[in-house]
Amino acid sequence: MMQDIQVLSPIAVLGIGVVVLMMEVAFRRSLSMTFTITVSTLVLALLCIPWAAEAPNSQVTVLLRGDGYALLFTGIFLVGGLLTCILSPRYIASRGDEPDEYFLLLLLATMGAIVLAYATHVASLLLGLELMGVALYALIAYPDRSLLPLEAAIKYLVLSGAASAALLFGFALAYGATGALAFSDMAAALAAPESTIMLVAAAAFIFAGLGFKLSLVPFHMWTPDVYQGSPMPVTGFLAAVSKAAVFAVLLRLFVDAQLYQYDAIMRILGFVAILSMLGGNLLALLQSNLKRMLAYSSIAHMGYLLIVLIASRNAGTRALAEEAAIYYLVAYTATTIAAFSLLTFVGLKRSDQGSMDLGTLSGLFWQRPLLAGLMLVAMLSLAGIPLTAGFIGKLYLVQAGVAGSHWIMLGALVIGSSIGIYYYLRVVFYMARRPEDARVTLLEGDEALPGTLLTCALIALVLWLGIAPQPLIDYVRAIL
Amino acid sequence: MSLLILIMILLIGGAVAAVAAPGDNQRARLISLVTLIAALVQLALIVTGADPVQAGGSEWLIHHQSQWIPRFGISLELGLDGLSLLLVVLTLLLGLVAISASWDEIDFKPGFFQANLLWTLAGVVGVFVSLDLILFFLFWEVMLVPMYFLIAIWGHENRGYAAMKFFIFTQVSGLLLLVAMLALAHTASQTMGYYSFSYFELLGQAPSGKLGLAIMLGFFLAFTVKLPGFPFHTWLPDAHTQAPTAGSVILAGILLKTGAYGLLRFAIPLFPDASQQLAPWAMGLGAAGVVYGAVLAFGQDDFKRLVAYSSVSHMGFVLLGLYAFNQLAAQGAVMQLVAHGVSTAALFMMAGALQQRLHTRDMRKMGGLWHNAPRMGACAMFFALASLGLPGLGNFIAEFLVLAGLFATTPWLAAIAALGMITGAVYSLVMIQRAFQGVPDEERDLPDFGPRELLTMLAMVATLVWLGVYPQPVFDLAQPMLDSVGQWLPVAGGR
Repeated sequence: MMQDIQVLSPIAVLGIGVVVLMMEVAFRRSLSMTFTITVSTLVLALLCIPWAAEAPNSQVTVLLRGDGYALLFTGIFLVGGLLTCILSPRYIASRGDEPDEYFLLLLLATMGAIVLAYATHVASLLLGLELMGVALYALIAYPDRSLLPLEAAIKYLVLSGAASAALLFGFALAYGATGALAFSDMAAALAAPESTIMLVAAAAFIFAGLGFKLSLVPFHMWTPDVYQGSPMPVTGFLAAVSKAAVFAVLLRLFVDAQLYQYDAIMRILGFVAILSMLGGNLLALLQSNLKRMLAYSSIAHMGYLLIVLIASRNAGTRALAEEAAIYYLVAYTATTIAAFSLLTFVGLKRSDQGSMDLGTLSGLFWQRPLLAGLMLVAMLSLAGIPLTAGFIGKLYLVQAGVAGSHWIMLGALVIGSSIGIYYYLRVVFYMARRPEDARVTLLEGDEALPGTLLTCALIALVLWLGIAPQPLIDYVRAIL
Repeated sequence: MSLLILIMILLIGGAVAAVAAPGDNQRARLISLVTLIAALVQLALIVTGADPVQAGGSEWLIHHQSQWIPRFGISLELGLDGLSLLLVVLTLLLGLVAISASWDEIDFKPGFFQANLLWTLAGVVGVFVSLDLILFFLFWEVMLVPMYFLIAIWGHENRGYAAMKFFIFTQVSGLLLLVAMLALAHTASQTMGYYSFSYFELLGQAPSGKLGLAIMLGFFLAFTVKLPGFPFHTWLPDAHTQAPTAGSVILAGILLKTGAYGLLRFAIPLFPDASQQLAPWAMGLGAAGVVYGAVLAFGQDDFKRLVAYSSVSHMGFVLLGLYAFNQLAAQGAVMQLVAHGVSTAALFMMAGALQQRLHTRDMRKMGGLWHNAPRMGACAMFFALASLGLPGLGNFIAEFLVLAGLFATTPWLAAIAALGMITGAVYSLVMIQRAFQGVPDEERDLPDFGPRELLTMLAMVATLVWLGVYPQPVFDLAQPMLDSVGQWLPVAGGR
């Protein structure tokens, strides 16, 4: 019992934090107190991770497993939540609203993401997904009662709901065919399939559901609108944490349930990967709105990551593929959160919400050199230029692709990244424009200091992971 | 380690310039100057204190290796042989020229300008001394970022387009290079049993057949785009024309050489068989580049664009020289790297000086400048003659050797390439005629070269004369490397 609590301690701490926060909001509304409770809950949960890692047995019931894999992602999601939380007060304050419940929702969403990282069972997968999803619907619409966020929230609610339903139905069919709900039991049952048609249908539904959450082409339609409408800190959370959480659980499902044995699944995956890499990048190319651009670029990044699932087919490259996936996810999450928090600093007035145009970054280098320098690193990392985490991530992906001889995938990766370089670089180009044609509206004063520090730390991490990746590589290899 | 210190000097010097002199041009260029001199001193120390070692079939002045990412067998492996030394010296000296060329041209953020200049140089030096493929790739890509800034921030009217085109061309080919490198390391790991990106370990590990050819093409494309070889040259005229003077000097003088260096150091020795297969095509591209570049250069009205296209033509000789697999031709190619680096840098400096004084690069608006500024005219004349291959100057030695070597293997290609020397004379002299001769405009106020510019020009004049009269030191430096390349080739290219 004690051991179970030890393993689950990060989730438990978050749960307690949520309850405390709920009470506090009910009795006495105070933004500073709410904020303090949220931050300390997240920090406390972070501090629990080393303790949780010491537990001798990481499996808690059939539902959750708090192994190194889960704890690594737990750490990342907590940092993501923390950054989102620290960035939020000023953002919300500039919109004049009661933001207390916002923090409650943020804690719940983070908790959902962590449950996904722990999940080894269909039930915990769905629970985590819904916990995160439902909190996110509200988070998108909460701080700002204008039209765009509402539209985004409704879109996300309806489409995400449909996707969850599809997922649920898919799992039900899979259960019908195999009689298993835990990932590892599925592997055994899938090895001797009885009713293949049911399994094919199940795979299609499950894949559609998860594909929607990861916004893979052709399930990507919602992404740009939702990103554009969401408040900036929430967009960052959505792009980084929620995506990484879903991919983390997908990878676990894929490996534990040994889905790589099925040619049909692999073929569909390959097709979707190529579509996502090319489609995401091509559509990002056409955007002048930064949030939409990053939305499409996240589609492409998820497409790149699918290469890993495809490479996990051969037994020889499976370990490398998993390693690649984890490294890439860490790099992508850190960079994306950093990029969105930097965009948050380029604060815009309420009326400009959603119209985060490329032009708003004009001349940022000369007005706020630090901010622009950090943004430069983030963009270079997303583009995969050496000395950043993004490069090592890409190196890993290419390595996995080469090892498995997936030349078509690599071709798509090269073409996609080439397109990507153009639009990431366009951001840098706008930032470097001479001050003559600059028009940047920035938050005044140094009140954003904690956020700035945390972002600096995150960018430092991105650089460190790019310059000295060996420690993380060693860690990843140790936990696999 | 001392090579790493050399690179660090340039990196740190750049950072100091950016921080200590954000708006003070005088201080910025001083910091830059001091940094480059310190780097030269460090290089001299390395060379004098060198304890040569044998590796990969040739002699290395210095070789250093330490672990970096053991997971993939990526190490911090740096080495300096004669060829690298030659190009590093060229890099640092042209760095000085670049500073001189931009002496009082920069009024916007001079500190950051000098920083980008030094960072680019650091990246180029890194390219020339890296012996680990991934480390090489890192410098190859990272040097683009400061160069991009040089063009995008301080460039001329169409800078955004040019900077983007430059970056994308190199990046896209760079991605192919990365895939090719990983594919090579992967196939090699299957025989070696472990991953390694070390140059010496990968020598002789290239897979045979189609796979080898495909991997080699990845290398070849990346380097040929940078060189630039026809038909991948289209980024070059834009980038060179739009870059600020110092940027053009570095771009034409050094950055193009990284492509040639990559071919000579990596593409040919790592893939001897596949390179031999490709040779006719590569030489065909080279010859096409020689003629095509020359013809286009002739048609330009823009002074800088003309010089840029002439680079395409001259770099065609390098491609010819490298793929003739013949010692004479290879020596000619190496000499071309040095001589073209100096002569083109001088011509771009000239173009920059004209632009600063006349606010145009259009030769239709020039004419009779010799009368207004005789010193400029004389310098321009000298470098135009050097560029067209006047005997007695470095470029002649280079192009003559390439043609002589080529004639031994494929005479008809040598005949085509020799056309380039005629057309070279045509466009060089037309350039002088249109810009410096003709009826002078008496209204024009054109200050002649001052002592600083004259000194820089004279130093380059002296270098070219020296290279033309006594080229043996350059040959001696490059010889061991070329010998080792010959040793990897199956048909030991006749001497």
